[in-house]
Amino acid sequence: MSAALNLSHEPVTKIPHGKVAMWTFLASELMFFSGFFGTFIVLRNTNYDAFFEASHHLNWVLALVNTFILIGSSLTMAMAIYQLERRQNGQFQVYLGLTILGAFGFLIVKYFEYSAKWHDGLFPSQDNHTLFYSFYFLMTGFHALHVVGGLIPMLFMLFKSFTNRGYNHPIKVETLGLYWHFVDLMWIFIFPALYLIFP
Amino acid sequence: MSTATIEHAAVAADGHGHEHHHHDLPWYRKYVFSTDHKVIAKQFMLSSMFFLFIGGVFALFIRWQLAYPGQPIPIIGSILPDTWVTEAGSGIITPEFYTQLLTMHGSIMIFFVVIPFAAGMFGNFCIPLMIGTDDMALPRLNMWSFWLVPPAGLIMMAGFFTQTGYAAAGWTSYPPLSAQTGLDTFTISGQTLWTISVFLVGFSSIMGGVNYVTTVLNKRAKGMKLFDMPLTVWGLFITAILVTLGTPVLAAGLAMLFMDNFLHTSFFLPDNLVTSQKYFGGGQPVLFQHVFWFYSHPAVYIMILPLMGIVSDVMATFSRKPIYGYKAMVFAIAGIAFLGFIVWGHHMFQSGMNPLLGTTFMLSTIVIAVPSSIKVFNWLGTLWRGNIKFSTAMLNALAFVSMFIIGGLSGVFMASAPVDIYIHDTYFIVAHIHYVLFGGSLFGIFAGIYYWYPKMYGKMLNERLGRQHFILTFITFNLTFFPMHVLGLGGHMRRIYDPNVYDFLKGLSDVNEIITIGAIALGFSQLILVFNVVWSLKVGKKAPRNPWRANSLEWAAPEHPGHGNFDQDITVYRGPYEFSVEGRTSDYWPQWEPGASKTVNHKTVVLEDDTKTFGAH
Repeated sequence: MSAALNLSHEPVTKIPHGKVAMWTFLASELMFFSGFFGTFIVLRNTNYDAFFEASHHLNWVLALVNTFILIGSSLTMAMAIYQLERRQNGQFQVYLGLTILGAFGFLIVKYFEYSAKWHDGLFPSQDNHTLFYSFYFLMTGFHALHVVGGLIPMLFMLFKSFTNRGYNHPIKVETLGLYWHFVDLMWIFIFPALYLIFP
Repeated sequence: MSTATIEHAAVAADGHGHEHHHHDLPWYRKYVFSTDHKVIAKQFMLSSMFFLFIGGVFALFIRWQLAYPGQPIPIIGSILPDTWVTEAGSGIITPEFYTQLLTMHGSIMIFFVVIPFAAGMFGNFCIPLMIGTDDMALPRLNMWSFWLVPPAGLIMMAGFFTQTGYAAAGWTSYPPLSAQTGLDTFTISGQTLWTISVFLVGFSSIMGGVNYVTTVLNKRAKGMKLFDMPLTVWGLFITAILVTLGTPVLAAGLAMLFMDNFLHTSFFLPDNLVTSQKYFGGGQPVLFQHVFWFYSHPAVYIMILPLMGIVSDVMATFSRKPIYGYKAMVFAIAGIAFLGFIVWGHHMFQSGMNPLLGTTFMLSTIVIAVPSSIKVFNWLGTLWRGNIKFSTAMLNALAFVSMFIIGGLSGVFMASAPVDIYIHDTYFIVAHIHYVLFGGSLFGIFAGIYYWYPKMYGKMLNERLGRQHFILTFITFNLTFFPMHVLGLGGHMRRIYDPNVYDFLKGLSDVNEIITIGAIALGFSQLILVFNVVWSLKVGKKAPRNPWRANSLEWAAPEHPGHGNFDQDITVYRGPYEFSVEGRTSDYWPQWEPGASKTVNHKTVVLEDDTKTFGAH
């Protein structure tokens, strides 16, 4: 409250609150996806042939493109943080814009993938749906939700940086960057698990 | 810390600028969408008490049916909704509604009463005050962690309006029962709403947990090391870690259960199930149990660890003695938390598991008795030769310890697989869970309410009413739950609608009646607490700054702390349990009072005593 008190001092760990919270939250997120991977491993072993058959119908080329898009956007995210720390607002806007473009690109590719699945009747409650596709939609769906979850604050930051006051919170961008790298990392696990590992 | 600083701070606190700043907030930011941790704690307390009432009423319905099966519920029986009773106005509840009652009682009490009380209310109220800071690390996140709870509660209660009524698969919601509702895809049933609701409330827990971890790590007062924290904060901190690591796994399981239930996938549905509903199979029902208990066993500790900390603080204060084995207590909490993650299989001895795996889970479960016993031993060590004052808080804390011993011992029974096979799914389990969750957690919550009410509302609770509430609750609690052990060993099933259908249970109907009378009395005894809380708010004695002459930092705050908590600088000089230090005139030595001491043979010796009267009364 008042400046005279020493209550609101510098963080004890010297790490900003937002970052400590984000790391804790990411530990939580890791456990969330572990729940999916754990059940996936168990049910894959009991439905070996069905999973083998179904995973052939996934379009690994599109997924590979998406992988590179996400890795690229992680790089531009890191560059955006670096530029904001150097107070290069224009450069920051460019790199953050590229990151947002990557996120949209990922979602667009995802849209094409999903619409093909819809066409083949592979969605849950459609006729050709099998257990493998339940996992496919569950894991990629939650991952896509996480992409959207990262996209919203990015758009907010970009919008703010174009206002008169500008955007000058490198720590917040860095914290968002941590999250964005996590989303990238999760895709690095989901991609081989669903698309690449043929028995 | 010089006197000048205190005066300066006092001036700043009373100054016009400060006052003006906080009166700027509109009323809804002060009382509804407040980011002040104390207001959020009060909101958690209110919502938990509301749901405690609903869950309690549901429990009384259950008890009536078990004691007097097929007889109309007195007084309110004729006004019950038609879907609950056999025929309109008959007042006799249907088997379907009975299973809904069981489910809703369990779910509400766990997800909307005990966890929000233990982690939500005390976590919010105690952590910032006890580590001497102005608020949580992330106040706005804190606000949202509360405001997810009421909608989640409403969603769960909205099951009433679906065509199948409330969720009815038990609070554990095992598939296939919870996954197959016999409805079409995209049809919302009570079970669907249950899944969404628990998912939301889990997200609220995670947000709270993340905040607590950050606050404890980052916002401790000047000079406060981790091992200078009171055990309440330790309990809440380790609980927060459990929450952040355990809850998401349940969320994952719920997401899959939701798809099974709503979109008719079959993560948890096996092949060859005879059912009216189209599905394709290939899943495993036991897998859900693994995922569910991976969270829900740690959840048991989420519901008891904060209260263990609270009870430790209350006991040290009212025995006027340092807590016996402070570090051992901390490591015991951490040990329980760690072991809590590797014992989930003991809920599934009867679910079809490799016997070798069962043995592993049995051993790890029994090992939990070790840290638990360390805690009980240290509580007894704290009481030993203490100058005990039997305040209401202390009485409740003592009840916590003794009831926890009973609940813990019956826990060892069911931890060993051979015994568990006999008592599985009987009232013995019900007795056990209520001894740890009501006898443990709820008595701990009462202790906490009586202990911190003065700091929360600036008024003392009425001790006389408090003692009456305690005595009535203690007696009726044991009258209600102790005979359940007998029922269980007699073979009374846990979720049976009408015990009279079995001849061997007919002899136990008297026991069932005693339990129901006890339960009704127990329910009504709680009205004393509600009355006391409301009445003391109006006419209670004004609370002094440090009514219990305790050591931890929350008592350095003003009588009724406002936004920002403290009116003086806080520097921590020692641990929270320096009671009855030799060579001091007063029998306590608050953490914030300057002075030096050293430890000789595990006893604190005063080197320099710079006590001011500040903070004492």
